[in-house]
Amino acid sequence: MNVTTADDTTSTGQAGPLTGTTDRGTWREFFVEHAIKAAGISMIAIVGLIFFFLLREGLPTLGEVPLGALLGTRWYPIEELYGLIPLVIGSLLVTAGSVLIAVPLGLTTAIYLSEIAPQWQRDILKPLIEVLAGIPSIVLGFLGWVALAPLIQSLGAPTGLTAFTGSLVLAYMALPTIISISEDALYAVPKEYRDGALAIGATQWQAIRMVVLRAASPGLVTAVMLGIGRAIGETMAVMMVTGNAANMPAFGPAILFEPVRTMTATIAAEMGEVSQGSVHYHTLFLIGILLFIITFAINSLAGRLIGGQEQRRKRGQI
Amino acid sequence: MADIIEVRNFTFFYGSFRAIRELNLSIRANQITALIGPSGCGKSTFLRSLNRMNDTIRGTHVQGEVLLDGQNIYAPEVDVTELRQRVGMVFQRPNPFPQSIYDNVAFGPRVLGMDRTQNLETIVRESLEKAVLWDEVKDHLRTSALDLSPGQQQRLCIARTIAVRPEVILMDEPCSALDPVATLRIEDLMRELARDYTIVIVTHNMQQAARASDWTGFFWLGELVEFRETADLFSNPREALTEAYISGRRG
Repeated sequence: MNVTTADDTTSTGQAGPLTGTTDRGTWREFFVEHAIKAAGISMIAIVGLIFFFLLREGLPTLGEVPLGALLGTRWYPIEELYGLIPLVIGSLLVTAGSVLIAVPLGLTTAIYLSEIAPQWQRDILKPLIEVLAGIPSIVLGFLGWVALAPLIQSLGAPTGLTAFTGSLVLAYMALPTIISISEDALYAVPKEYRDGALAIGATQWQAIRMVVLRAASPGLVTAVMLGIGRAIGETMAVMMVTGNAANMPAFGPAILFEPVRTMTATIAAEMGEVSQGSVHYHTLFLIGILLFIITFAINSLAGRLIGGQEQRRKRGQI
Repeated sequence: MADIIEVRNFTFFYGSFRAIRELNLSIRANQITALIGPSGCGKSTFLRSLNRMNDTIRGTHVQGEVLLDGQNIYAPEVDVTELRQRVGMVFQRPNPFPQSIYDNVAFGPRVLGMDRTQNLETIVRESLEKAVLWDEVKDHLRTSALDLSPGQQQRLCIARTIAVRPEVILMDEPCSALDPVATLRIEDLMRELARDYTIVIVTHNMQQAARASDWTGFFWLGELVEFRETADLFSNPREALTEAYISGRRG
């Protein structure tokens, strides 16, 4: 005997099949989805291709020039001397100098803007900093060459075109990045933390130092790392003001006041003069690979220090 | 019983807006005083005036006096940080610093330099014990305070406040972000703390005021309408406005 329950009629009921018979932009949906996918994949492909190209052009050097020679202290391609050390040291000196100038200056400016400055000063300073970020690097290089170099020479350096001149110019280039990102990080620290500190009897500086800066530290690290990234990759301005001498600087107290040449400046200066496929050409690409590795390492270090979402949540960053 | 805080003709302005008008009030030592009233009636502003937390808001100014142990806290020679050490504050939303439990409690003693003359670990332990949190956290003092439940976080904030040995603890709706169980624990804790400290609490919850306080002040539009012992105020309000508010007809 067949028993038909109410359930039977509803479960096998009159509702139509879910096959999307209405033509509600199925094609548009398809198109948008695939366009987005293509954009994402092409990004990955481009990065991959750049890296592949760098490797293809740069790696042959390792077969053409012995490793010992690459680690030599003389860069003199005409005599087939491809020692990279002076260039690496040049980059490190200029970058380290600019970091030493830009980080303290940038962080203190950000603290002043976010914690101390009255509103009207913020309203003036913040746009000014944006303007500083917008100055083309070549203009800053020009200023460094015309104004800064003579000043440094008048202080007693044999020439005004030194690693220190480059550091100053780079520091001013990295400052807007450092200031605006650290200011954002400080601004994101909830007011409740400041109130909590003040309500216990902390002075404003104690509240900033022991609570606000600690809570904002991941953002501050990002700011510094991006600033360093900006400095180490910069080319034109540095090329104009560092004297462009690919010599080993004499180590000593005045090491920052000697002409140097950075890795980036070397590539820019010599790329136009080499014949494609030569040893010199391959070596310039090897320098490119080295720069790529250094910036990649800085970025990964920043990522490691900032930590994942979970860690940031625990520190009250999100 | 002695008055620890005496407020005389106190008027408070946000810019040109007068948030509190001509207030007179005495707060007894070692008692719990509750301030009730509808939102925007000035009770939180008044609470924040008692340790000058309103100084952090631009464009505010006051008239009149607030005497703490006979000294006007708005006098120009007053050191605000010392005032806030003596008059601590617990906020509406638990606001532990994004640091370890230990560092949270040690914060006050460190900024005030108490750790130079006293053992910091003892201070931290005693404060957590007084806040009835010690047994729950003693095994993980070095983990982040943000991993605690909201109720634990609020008790941590109380521990952080009492670590600097204040005389008065101000509480600005300390239970509004907590569930009923955590709320009752805080109320029990307030009873305990009233033996050593004077407590002033702002609350939206009239049952809480009735349950937990000795004195109750009713604020309405920036004025103190009625201020009496809690039992009297709730059972036998003198003002018609008070009666209407506590019975739920106004507010």
